[in-house]
Amino acid sequence: MAINVPRPKLTWSERLYLPAIVAGMAITLRHFKNMLFGRTKVTMEYPEQKWDAQLPEYYRGAPALVKDEAGRVRCVACQLCEFICPPRAIKIEPGEIPAQDRFSKVEKYPREFDIDMIRCIFCGMCEEVCPEQAIFLRKDYAITGLTRAEMVHDKEKLLEIGGVIHGVVLKWNDKK
Amino acid sequence: MNPNASFILVTLLKIVGIVFVVILPMVSYAVYAERKVSALIQDRLGPNRVGPAGLFQPIADAMKFLLKEDFTPAHVNKFYYWLAPCLAMVPAITTIAVVPFGSSLCGVPMVIADINVGVLFVFAIASLGVYGIVIAGWASNSKYPFLGGVRSSSQMISYELSLGLAVVPIFLLVGNLRLTEVVQYQIDHGWMIFPFAGDWKNPVGWLMAIPMWISFAVFAIAIFAETNRLPFDLPEAETELVGGYHTEYSSMKFALFFLGEYAAMITGSAIIVTLFLGGWHFPGIPDGSHGWIFGLINIFVFFAKIAALLFLFIWVRFTLPRFRYDQLMRLGWVFFFEIALVNIFAAAAVIVFFDR
Repeated sequence: MAINVPRPKLTWSERLYLPAIVAGMAITLRHFKNMLFGRTKVTMEYPEQKWDAQLPEYYRGAPALVKDEAGRVRCVACQLCEFICPPRAIKIEPGEIPAQDRFSKVEKYPREFDIDMIRCIFCGMCEEVCPEQAIFLRKDYAITGLTRAEMVHDKEKLLEIGGVIHGVVLKWNDKK
Repeated sequence: MNPNASFILVTLLKIVGIVFVVILPMVSYAVYAERKVSALIQDRLGPNRVGPAGLFQPIADAMKFLLKEDFTPAHVNKFYYWLAPCLAMVPAITTIAVVPFGSSLCGVPMVIADINVGVLFVFAIASLGVYGIVIAGWASNSKYPFLGGVRSSSQMISYELSLGLAVVPIFLLVGNLRLTEVVQYQIDHGWMIFPFAGDWKNPVGWLMAIPMWISFAVFAIAIFAETNRLPFDLPEAETELVGGYHTEYSSMKFALFFLGEYAAMITGSAIIVTLFLGGWHFPGIPDGSHGWIFGLINIFVFFAKIAALLFLFIWVRFTLPRFRYDQLMRLGWVFFFEIALVNIFAAAAVIVFFDR
């Protein structure tokens, strides 16, 4: 069934269009003036101005490995993060800790720990699944590189981003 | 030096000075102004990376255009494809030849060619501008440029009528087509639309300003249509025709179309300033015969007026939406043509009854 949509009845001044045009010009001129005198602040000039200080606590940036207070890499190479990782960005090669080492009861450590930052989707599942609280998502977000190889974060790079963490559960103390 | 040789030398100097020192930099900075003003109107920052406040952006753009690949598609008509960008740029710059851009500097009149057919020359050359677009549309041998060319030709022909009719009241009043005479008349009797110079106390001058305002409005809108500016930019309407007539062009050939449009804007503004806004004249500032400094100030005043009109062009572009094609034709043929026609009689009546 055809529906007739009634056309709005325009008044004489509306049909002239000129008042509408003048009003529109006034609006754009007001925006122009406000921008010109710096009264509008909407655009942040990214590389010079950053929002880093205001990033929330729960921000999920690049994943990183951490060391504990004794300087030991907290990762025990259980490979849970490798298995949970949805885009399979993590590759771990476990190694055995020698018997005479102070932390020999931990048994395993990651000999190689690579995260391919081209694949990483910053989902945070590795952090969630880690039983050792060894991997955290830090606030670094501008991960760049000129080659694919450069975009793979190896163990040194991950530890450099992660640093040392204090105040989390220490279950591999000498006393325990 | 014999007078002929010195005349040729001085004219060459004026051509080089006005085209290469003033108009071409003005064209490239009009592009910059367009980007900056549009950004400010839309609450953005605009170009700000190259140089302070992005002031060297036009130079970077020119470098980019020169270094890009100049690609000629296989399906085009080569000869016309190469000819079209020149035809778009040349008429726009040629028009400036008859426009008096200053009074005189050290006794030399600041107009390249002071010919007695002044405004007819302007219309004749400006009409050639449509060839650039039509030939580009045809030679590209592709549907979007073709539609752009067709739209452009019909639009330009339609609006040239009201363009021509809108200036008739001025020549009824001045009695001369020479543009320097038009400016001199405005110095003696006040600007066409603001008669506050010369014998400004004469009420007939203010009565005459009413048809002049109508003329000015029609002429300015027709210039918008002639230069394919929004709200009349149907020949290149990005949302409908990709790029319109310059869809198939790249590199410097595209840049010539782009700059030709801005050059046409500048010459169009120059014509408006000369005919309606008193040319280089500003109340209280004497002409160049009183010293070279006044000659320079007159030139500056002329280009300041052009800059103000260019701002208007940009301001309108980022305020008004594009017309539909039938609305455009209706506006040109049904409204502006009639208004301009009636306006001629109104102006003539004022001249006859008040003995202007």
